[in-house]
Amino acid sequence: MMTNSILRRRRNELVAGVLVLIILAVLPLPIRDVYTQNLIILTILYAGLSQAWNILGGYCGQISLGHGLYFGIGAYVSTMLFVSAGIPPTIGMFAAGIVGAVAALLVGWPCFRLSGHYYAIATVVVGEIGYLLFLNWDFVGAATGLYVPFHGENWAALQFRTSKLPFHYVVLAFAALTWIVAWVIEGSRWGYSWRAVRDDVTAARSLAVRVFPSKMAAAAISGFFTAIGGAIYAQYVGYIDPDSVLASSFSVLIALPAVLGGVGTLWGPLVGAIVLIPTSELTRSYMGGAGGIDLMIYGGLIVVIALARPTGLVSLLGIRKQVGGANAAPT
Amino acid sequence: MTLDTVLQVALSGLLMGLIYALVAAGLSLIFGLMDIVNFAHGELLMLAMYATVLLNAATGLDPLLQLPVVAVGMFVLGVLIYRCLIGRALGVQFNRGMVQIFVTFGLAIFIRGAAQLAFGGDFRSVNVSWLGNKTVHFGGVYVPLPQLAASLVCLVAFAALLGISRTEFGRALEATREDRDAVALIGIDRDRIFALGWGLGAAAVGIAGTMLATFYYVSPTVGANFALIAYVTVALGGFGSMTGALVAGVLIGEVEAVTAQVLEPSLKQVGMFAIYLVVLMVRPRGLFGKI
Repeated sequence: MMTNSILRRRRNELVAGVLVLIILAVLPLPIRDVYTQNLIILTILYAGLSQAWNILGGYCGQISLGHGLYFGIGAYVSTMLFVSAGIPPTIGMFAAGIVGAVAALLVGWPCFRLSGHYYAIATVVVGEIGYLLFLNWDFVGAATGLYVPFHGENWAALQFRTSKLPFHYVVLAFAALTWIVAWVIEGSRWGYSWRAVRDDVTAARSLAVRVFPSKMAAAAISGFFTAIGGAIYAQYVGYIDPDSVLASSFSVLIALPAVLGGVGTLWGPLVGAIVLIPTSELTRSYMGGAGGIDLMIYGGLIVVIALARPTGLVSLLGIRKQVGGANAAPT
Repeated sequence: MTLDTVLQVALSGLLMGLIYALVAAGLSLIFGLMDIVNFAHGELLMLAMYATVLLNAATGLDPLLQLPVVAVGMFVLGVLIYRCLIGRALGVQFNRGMVQIFVTFGLAIFIRGAAQLAFGGDFRSVNVSWLGNKTVHFGGVYVPLPQLAASLVCLVAFAALLGISRTEFGRALEATREDRDAVALIGIDRDRIFALGWGLGAAAVGIAGTMLATFYYVSPTVGANFALIAYVTVALGGFGSMTGALVAGVLIGEVEAVTAQVLEPSLKQVGMFAIYLVVLMVRPRGLFGKI
């Protein structure tokens, strides 16, 4: 039976997910080197962010190049709540997520009328408007940015100075949550509708899939988790300004792991992040001094992977395509 | 606001807008031909500006005299990019839309890194120029000569692009745009047309870059800002439409000049972005886009 094989595959994926989670939970224990710890934390954080992007960009096929906006909004909302109202980021990040989801809906309302490149460009522009507004908005510190005050080691505020280990588990929980959400979506009625919207809008509509609400739902969920990622990032680095959380380069950084790892797949974002984030961080650390070589390697890697593995790096691992969907391109 | 101020703002918007229009025309040409958004467009502009500055320093010739050299060099570069990368991206079986976006995006990062390695991060500018820092004035309106020359050259280049579209080659371009598979049946080499399209698009942005370099500083990141404006211009005018690029370029230039005057200069781009979003609400495929 068809259904049985799908159910079996989904169960196997869940088992694989738990195994990967255990590996990632044990991974940092023997590592004492702060640089490596930081590298792993960033990789897992980007895997989570990219999975959040993947929900809209991969499963629903709407190539957003403006997710930096939701990331930045998340960082700003939780930090502002903490700085001016004293609300701890463990609570603030959910407020950030809700604001991020609302922002994604507000952006989606006009932009989802556009298709293909028109949509991608519109998201770039919306992200850029957000950057310019925050840059000139005195209430949130304008170009100076915001410092997150340190209130001593505590979990409520997600502040840890003596060890990076707690943060490792915070980002791991975040990434695992986005993975689970993607897993649930893959097998749900919504997931099938979204993939239908991605693969063929006309055919989807003829099967009574409600296209616009599908895109809006995907955008809200995607924006919600992207903003939570931004809130966590703000706590991790302790200082935010428009250039560090709202720059348009962030939008691409968030999308890249999913795109190169395997867009619209469960494992693509993690695989892509494992390849991309250490590459960019290590080349910057060891070759950034020579000025430019790091960017050349990073850019060259993107070109080579995109051309050599259009379905993403996961196809190298022999992981099959996601349940029930062709991997056709949205254009 | 006096009449002079109004004229001054309108004129500077127009001059800048014509440059935006030529940058956008190169992007629009490539898009219309093969449905690819070149995210390395700003980096091509940056390379043309560096070529101008370096040639200027080496030969002492005025940038206007270097125009043909830079344009031909950029044409060759455009053809090479198509032959080495874009042609392959078009042949991809899966995820074609995303592969195209991220191949040109990776190329943009690569070129930016190469420029940083070769030229360093410092700002540079043209040293020798006939027009440099000269202005003419009509009544109370001041016109910097480099900007005036740049916009006139861009207008001429734009007219040349429109002229090309009336030749045999232009009709082959148009036919390839209409149906890329059918043209093979009537003996048009699609790959060659695409490569020439990339050459022309790069040459257009090359000419804009040379003229821009006469009054604008150059750095490895200078392309990003102009590229963003080019995307907005092309989307506003309608992807693939030359007339759209011209009208939208001038409109964007004017809106930018007015916003900088009325609001703060740091917010000058908010105005153009807002106009773009409003137009897209009414016409999702831009002012002159085919529905």
